[in-house]
Amino acid sequence: MSDPAAPNSTTAGRVIAVIAKTQHIAPEALTIDSTFEELKIDSLDGINIVFAIEEEFSIEIPDEQAKQIRTVRDVVDGVDKLLAAKASA
Amino acid sequence: MTRRVAITGIGTVSSLGTNCAQFWNSLRSGVTGIKPLTGYTPGTFKFANGAQADAFDPVAALGGKEASYLDRFAQMGLVAAREAVADAGIIWTDELREQSVIVTGTSLGGKYSEDEGYFNLYSEKHSRFNPMSIPKAMMNALTSRISIEFGMIGPAWTVSTACSSSNHAIGQAFEQVRNGSAELALAGGSDAPFTQGVMRAWEALRVISPTTCRPFSKDRDGLILGEAAGILVLEPLDAAQARGARIYCELAGFGMSSDAHHITQPSSSGAARAMRAALKSAGLGREQVGYINAHGTGTLANDTTETAAIHDVFGDHAKRLAVSSTKSAHGHTLGAAGAIEAAAAALAMHHGVLPATLNFTVPGGGCDLDYIPNEARAATVEAALSNSFAFGGLNAVLAFRRV
Repeated sequence: MSDPAAPNSTTAGRVIAVIAKTQHIAPEALTIDSTFEELKIDSLDGINIVFAIEEEFSIEIPDEQAKQIRTVRDVVDGVDKLLAAKASA
Repeated sequence: MTRRVAITGIGTVSSLGTNCAQFWNSLRSGVTGIKPLTGYTPGTFKFANGAQADAFDPVAALGGKEASYLDRFAQMGLVAAREAVADAGIIWTDELREQSVIVTGTSLGGKYSEDEGYFNLYSEKHSRFNPMSIPKAMMNALTSRISIEFGMIGPAWTVSTACSSSNHAIGQAFEQVRNGSAELALAGGSDAPFTQGVMRAWEALRVISPTTCRPFSKDRDGLILGEAAGILVLEPLDAAQARGARIYCELAGFGMSSDAHHITQPSSSGAARAMRAALKSAGLGREQVGYINAHGTGTLANDTTETAAIHDVFGDHAKRLAVSSTKSAHGHTLGAAGAIEAAAAALAMHHGVLPATLNFTVPGGGCDLDYIPNEARAATVEAALSNSFAFGGLNAVLAFRRV
């Protein structure tokens, strides 16, 4: 089983790398199941992360979707859906 | 209620160093912070020099995340505030946190964030803005961040009056402590003008020196831009004495005026009215003043006008007092000028050393005062003034008395 925190080309790996970079925390401190609350990521931090994720994946995250994000997994799932929608468009 | 107000803490970040000790050592030994501009290819501007705080490393000082959430003016200001609070040895209580005020001045606010956003928008045709653009650029970012840092929950605000911003800020904070509305104030200002946009705008005004800053000299040819932050700690003199605080000097008075004259040209009568108001506020006779930290920008217009105003206010005593412009060392730091020049004046009174006007050659026409040319001078003075005269004719003068 691959380590989901490893910086790799999977969506999860890229998401974790972006969150770690914007929040100045070690990628090792993040897992797919980390919550924003336990990472001390507040609403402003969250907006910054959404901005950086949009840049990383060249996607646009709708406001309603951005508001629902509570965990790293929420981000990964959301990104995968948006990427799939983009690919089928 | 009228109380005496003491300056008990000072913090500075400037081209003369990342702390107040470096700032003062540079001023007393005549070291200049004016150097060839870094960050730009030579020849980019019509001017080659600036007073940049090159030694200031925001990530090292604040950590990566904090640094990324503040524009440069607020980064420098927060570090200066931390230094000032530590320097004063403030003992925080819940009561003190509620009875404190914060007033900061800035002329520009967060121009790095604005520049980046507008470059991406207009030049790169990239319509997405960084979400931190507004909170980083807002003029009150520094005041707010200081409030959060120390849990100060009393009145806090920001003033913007161009080059008088931090004198107005310190003066308003002084009034709050003097009249009994506050038991503690953090006051000062910060500006970071070395973005291409700001520098182009100053270049267009044709007031930047192609050489260096030579206040009151015949061959002066303009001002040199500088970046800095300065924060003072003010508290009631009796309270400061009771807790055994180190007191730099008394902040004794504050005077303001408006020229009602011209959007850029200074007026000697407006400057004189502000100095008179500061003396009156402090209850000082003109013969008691031994030193003036001049606005002294090094522009043709300011230095003769300011000299005329000093003659007007001080009469025969003008020839007996010492005047210097420390902008010759730290550049014109705009909204931070009043703060770091108040720091210079307070340190001068405390240490008994008057900083020099550097780069002085021969006196300019109409510049006939003792400008402390090129070398700092040991002197004990009873009282001092620090002048700030802004574009738009908004003048603010602080008065200091030795304790």
